[in-house]
Amino acid sequence: MASAAARTMFEKIWARHVVSEGPGGHVLLYVGRHLLHEGSTAAFARLAAAGRRVRRPDLTFATTDHFLLTAPGAAATDPELAGLLSGLAGHAAAHGIVHFGLGDARRGIVHVIGPEQGLTLPGTTLVCGDSHTATHGAFGALAFGIGSTEVEHVLATQTLWQQKPRVMRITVEGRLGPGVTAKDLILAIIERIGAAGGVGHAIEYAGSTIRALSMDERMTVCNMSIEAGARTGMVAPDETTFAWLEGRPFAPRGAVWARALADWRTVASDPGARFDREVPLAAGDVEPTVTWGTSPQDALPITGRVPDPAAAGDPARRASQERALAYMGLRPGTPLSEIAVDRVFIGSCTNSRLEDLRAAARVVRGRRALVPAWVVPGSGLVKRAAEAEGLDRVFVQAGFEWREAGCSMCVGMNGETAREGERVASTSNRNFEGRQGKGARTHLVSPAMAAAAAVTGRFVDVRSLAG
Amino acid sequence: MRPFTTLTGVAAPLDLPNVDTDRIIPARFLSKGRGAPGYASFLFHDVRFDADGAERPEFVLNQAPYRDAKILVTAENFGCGSSREMAVWALDAWGVRGVIAPSLGDIFHQNCFKNGLLPVILPADVVAALRGLLHARPGATLAVDLEAQTVTTPDGARHRFEVDPFRKALLLTGRDEIALTLSHEAAIAAFERRLAGEAPWLVPQAGG
Repeated sequence: MASAAARTMFEKIWARHVVSEGPGGHVLLYVGRHLLHEGSTAAFARLAAAGRRVRRPDLTFATTDHFLLTAPGAAATDPELAGLLSGLAGHAAAHGIVHFGLGDARRGIVHVIGPEQGLTLPGTTLVCGDSHTATHGAFGALAFGIGSTEVEHVLATQTLWQQKPRVMRITVEGRLGPGVTAKDLILAIIERIGAAGGVGHAIEYAGSTIRALSMDERMTVCNMSIEAGARTGMVAPDETTFAWLEGRPFAPRGAVWARALADWRTVASDPGARFDREVPLAAGDVEPTVTWGTSPQDALPITGRVPDPAAAGDPARRASQERALAYMGLRPGTPLSEIAVDRVFIGSCTNSRLEDLRAAARVVRGRRALVPAWVVPGSGLVKRAAEAEGLDRVFVQAGFEWREAGCSMCVGMNGETAREGERVASTSNRNFEGRQGKGARTHLVSPAMAAAAAVTGRFVDVRSLAG
Repeated sequence: MRPFTTLTGVAAPLDLPNVDTDRIIPARFLSKGRGAPGYASFLFHDVRFDADGAERPEFVLNQAPYRDAKILVTAENFGCGSSREMAVWALDAWGVRGVIAPSLGDIFHQNCFKNGLLPVILPADVVAALRGLLHARPGATLAVDLEAQTVTTPDGARHRFEVDPFRKALLLTGRDEIALTLSHEAAIAAFERRLAGEAPWLVPQAGG
């Protein structure tokens, strides 16, 4: 029953962090956590040039992930890249900011290590100069990506001027079928609402399917909220969340933990809270999914075929599909399961956590990669945990490369890219033109589907491979 | 920040939806500092130039009437994807000072405001008609007036747009947003004291 007092999780967290009201519905929003990576280095330079200090170094944490090389033992030889790495380390040291830098096992992809270290907490606000910051929303945090000027603003003030977005609830009910993962679910959601479907919105993911997901899976779902255009995505914190967080290095302890827990139990949306938009989805309708185009919304079940632009009603949509198919080198009507791949990438802030590597290893065990395939763990600690389970040996014995933690071929900023025309089965989040290298053709899939592509040399329904 | 008041200039139409910031500036240019030599050439680099570095004549900004474009009129969700502010820096280096679209990528939208570029949101049918006009009359100029919140076509048709008053005021004056926020120092400090009492877990106890 709707009630005026019933509030959404988003509204509760937002209201709690309002410092001042500005004109036109703008508020000065307090930032509980600010995460940095070496792409943020320029913001420090501008801060210094303006003679400003970092207001809350104790709420600011840095790591190195975007530009560093992930080949075992590799160091950045490009002076520009090396400068970004040493620049961040220097600024962090100068301002007293904790930095998980080169040689630190805790170093890794910023959206993997924030939760891993217990920095990401329910009911808080968290920002980072990276568009996949909504990953942290999996913990019931209000987390969103910002630009470089905004990074500078947060460093100086620990706040941001923000206009309240609308709130959309996506409710998924039922059980995901065998071989169907959180990645397939979020790709299906983006396909459903479109790459612009979430513009101007914060998304809350709810329903029995979401509640049954592990934290690793919830992070995969929230991670790709930006690919639907949303400012953020979030899941209500629950016992799964609390169990995952307890004992993490930077998580509260003792009496403070007990107090935090009592508070976090009030973060979820109230019964009867009103959302600006509701989108229902049945988990049973989701299948192992592959993207065929150059937008994450171009997603279809592996049982599908490359669409025919001629069938698109709208001329703009037709032109867009024609361009995508030309770039991707695909013909309309081709079964997705007949598309051969040249390369496989398992990694990224979407799918580089321990459960992702386990899922891929289950498919790989006892088989051989037929194409070059990389596994890039999300953090040094994920890598270490995977090695303790012997996953690295599974991959290496199958001919995969087992690499150091980082963003690597998801974004290619460090020069780790696919070659022109190469077709990549990738567990990352973007299939944009040139994303994985100039002319590279990216198909987004789950870790299990990427592993299946590596050992068969084409996209294949992972459900047809006996585990 | 450079203020924005009015802008009259050649406008170029970009018809494809969902043009992402990777396309606006590819990743391999992101380690270059703002203002690095040739920064304007990074803009749309891989759609503007072929493998030999020659211009692709089919790309709109390579066509004579649009080379001086100061305004882009795009389809929905322009600037989606990566938060890279370099997308705005590259547009700025080329000379673009305004983007008119039915919708914009959220972070790109904010990044425009921070760099003195005006993002204008108009209904999809109005924007489609503007693109049609620019195709029909290559080199046509549009006039944007931020104070009046209008876009005016060469025919004198005037489209009013909404812009939030906070961002508008900052753009009109070019005021440094950080300086503005620091003038709220007392409120920020009071908020921090309250939060420390209400949510003491926010500041890590042990430092890992």
